[in-house]
Amino acid sequence: MSEILKLSDFSVSFDTPRGDLHAVRGVDLSIAKGESIGIVGESGSGKTVLSRATMGLMPSTATCTGTVEFKGAVISNLSRAEVRKNWGTGMAMVFQDPMTSLNPVRRIGSQLMEALIVRLGMSKDQARARSVELLERVRIPDPYAAMKKYPGELSGGMRQRIVIAIAIACTPELLFADEPTTALDVTVQAQVLELLAELRQEFNMAMILVTHDLGVVAGQTDRVIVMYAGQIVEAASTTDLFRNMKMPYTEALMKSIPRMDQSSGQRLRVITGRLPDPTTPEPGCSFAPRCEYATDKCRTEKPPLVTTQTGHQYRCFFPIGGSL
Amino acid sequence: MKKAQSLLIRFSQVALVLLGATFLVSILIRQLPGDVSLLINPVASEAERASLRHELGLDRNYFSAYWMWLSRMFQGDFGFFIFGGKVLPVLKTAIPPTLQLIFYTQIVALTVAVPLGVTSAYKQGTRFDRFTSTTLFSLSSIPNFGIGLILSLIIGVKIGILPPSGYKPISEGLLDHFRLMVLPVLTLAIAPISTYTRLLRAEMIGALREDYVLLALSKGLSDRRILLRHVLRPSCTTLMTSAALSMGGLIGGALVIEIIFVIPGMGTQLAKAIGMREFLAIQTYVAFIALFYITFNSIIDFLIGVVDPRTRNRRA
Ligand SMILES: Nc1ncnc2c1ncn2[C@@H]1O[C@H](COP(=O)(O)OP(=O)(O)OP(=O)(O)O)[C@@H](O)[C@H]1O
Ligand code: SF4
Ligand SMILES: [Mg+2]
Repeated sequence: MSEILKLSDFSVSFDTPRGDLHAVRGVDLSIAKGESIGIVGESGSGKTVLSRATMGLMPSTATCTGTVEFKGAVISNLSRAEVRKNWGTGMAMVFQDPMTSLNPVRRIGSQLMEALIVRLGMSKDQARARSVELLERVRIPDPYAAMKKYPGELSGGMRQRIVIAIAIACTPELLFADEPTTALDVTVQAQVLELLAELRQEFNMAMILVTHDLGVVAGQTDRVIVMYAGQIVEAASTTDLFRNMKMPYTEALMKSIPRMDQSSGQRLRVITGRLPDPTTPEPGCSFAPRCEYATDKCRTEKPPLVTTQTGHQYRCFFPIGGSL
Repeated sequence: MKKAQSLLIRFSQVALVLLGATFLVSILIRQLPGDVSLLINPVASEAERASLRHELGLDRNYFSAYWMWLSRMFQGDFGFFIFGGKVLPVLKTAIPPTLQLIFYTQIVALTVAVPLGVTSAYKQGTRFDRFTSTTLFSLSSIPNFGIGLILSLIIGVKIGILPPSGYKPISEGLLDHFRLMVLPVLTLAIAPISTYTRLLRAEMIGALREDYVLLALSKGLSDRRILLRHVLRPSCTTLMTSAALSMGGLIGGALVIEIIFVIPGMGTQLAKAIGMREFLAIQTYVAFIALFYITFNSIIDFLIGVVDPRTRNRRA
C-alpha cells in the first residue's frame, strides 16, 4: 500500500502571552491510500491542532516543525498559496459544529457550487447539476429546494450532510473529519458516520476521524491513534487496540465510554484530574499525575514510544498486560 | 398576508414617531422666551395682537394648537411666516440641498470605509492598520464645524482649487453642483468614515475567526474571495445598522455645516426660523427632518433584510 500522508517528528506550538504552548509534540504518523484512522483523546489533547496543522490551516501565531508529506511530496515548507492548491481537491475537512461551519448569509447552493466553479473550473450550470447530485448523494431530501435555502433553515444533521457534501465536492483523497458527530443527536450521529463510511469506500478516500469517543472509532476505522497532551501515547490496528490495550490512559478512556447495558442510574466514569498545562511540560510521563499505576520512575523519566513486533505502539513503562 | 401585516405595523410606527416628534416640538417652541406678537409689532393694538395670537394658535392649549397645525398640514397647508409668505415654497427649495448633502455623505463614507475596514482587518496589526486607525481617530475627534472651517479656509480660500462656500442646484450644471458639494460632504463624511471603518474592522476580525471561514479556506478559495464573499457580507449587517444609527448625527451635522458653507438647505432655514420665532415654520421643518430620519432608517432596515437572511424572521 502506498502512503498518502506521512508526518515525521511533527510539532506545533503557539506563541501565547503565557509562553510557548506545545499543542502537538513530535508526532510520527503515516496513512495509506484509502485507509481510515481514528485519533482519540480528551478535549485539549491536540487532535484538532494536529489535523488542522497537517492541512496547513493554522493561524500566524502557530509554529510548525517537522515534515508533512502528502502523496510523496513535502508540503510543510510550502507557501500558503502553494499548499492551498491541495485544499478541497487533495485534502478536505469536515468540522465539528455544523451550526457554525456554514456561512449563515449565503445559500446552500452557492456555498456548494463555489468550489466546483473556482477549483474545478465548472460552468455555473455544470456546478449546479453536480451540486444537486452531491446533495442527493448525502441524502438530502428535495435537493433542489435545499439549494435555495439558508443554513438557518436546516437541522443540524442536514447541515452536517451539506458540510460533508462540500468537503467531498472536489473528490479529495484524504478527508479530515474533526468530531463530525459530536454536535448531533445520537440517532443522527449513526447516520452521519454510516454516510462517511459509504463515501470513503465509494471514492476510495483515506479518512482521519477525530473524536474523543473510543466507541465511535471502533466501528469506523482500520487503525487508532490515542493522543495525550499533544503526543501519540498509543497506536495500533483497531482490533488490536480493543483486544490488547497497553496504555493506562487508553484504558481510562475506555472506561469512560457510556455503555448500553449499564443501568441508567450508574454514573459515567470519567478520568479524574486534568490535562497537564501545555505551556509547562511535565518532567516525566505526562499522564503520571492521573495514572493509577504511576511510580517514581514515571514522575521523573519520560517513557519512550515503544513498538512491538505486531506494530502496536505505546508510551508507557508499565503497559497493561506486561511489555511484549 | 404576513408581508401586508408587517408593512402595516411599520407604517403605524412611522406615523407614531412623526406625531410624537412634532408634538414634542410644538410644546418646546412655546417655551421660547418672548411674546411673538410683541416682537412683530411693538406698536400694535391689543386687538391686533389678539388676532395674531389667535391665528398662530397661541391662545389655545397645547393639544388644540397642535391639532390646528396638523389638520392644516393634511390639507396641504404647510403654514405661513409671521413676517409674510408661505412655508411651502421655501421648503421646496430647502429640501433638495439637505437631502443631497446627506445622501452624498453616506455614499462617500461607505465607499471609503468599506475598503479601509476590509484591508485593516485583513492586515490587522500591520503598519497600514495602525496608521489608518490613528489617523481616523485623530480626525474624528475634531468637531464637524472645525473641520468645515479648516477645509473651507485652506482648500477653498488659500489653495483655491474648490469654491469655499455656496450652493448650485443640479439644474445649473452638474460640475458646478459637485464642485460646491465636495468640501461640505468631505467635512461631514469624516466622522462616519471613522465609525464605519472601526466597526467593520472589528466585525470582520471577529468573522475571520468563524468556522465558516475555515471551511471556506479548506475549500481552497483565495483570501480575496473569502474576504469579499464570506466575511464582508455577514459583517455588512452591523455596518448598515450603524449607518442607520448615524443618520441622526448626520442630519444634525448637515444642518450645522449648511450654515458654514452657506447652503440654503433645511439647516439654514431652520436657524433662520428659530431666530425669528417662526412657530409654524419650525414645526413643519422639524416634521420633515423627522420624516427624513425615519425614511432613511426604514430603507436601511429593508436592505439589511435583503443582505442578511438571519434578520428576516426577527424583523417581520
Ligand atoms: N489558536 C490557538 N492559540 C493558542 N492555543 C491554541 C490554539 N488552538 C488550540 N490551542 C491549544 O492547543 C491545545 C490543543 O487543542 P485542540 O483544540 O487541538 O484540542 P482537541 O484535542 O481538539 O480538543 P477538543 O476535543 O476540545 O476539540 C489546547 O491546549 C488549546 O488550548
Ligand atoms: S508511564 Fe507510568 S505514569 Fe505513564 S502511563 Fe505508564 S504507568 Fe502510567
Ligand atoms: Mg478539537
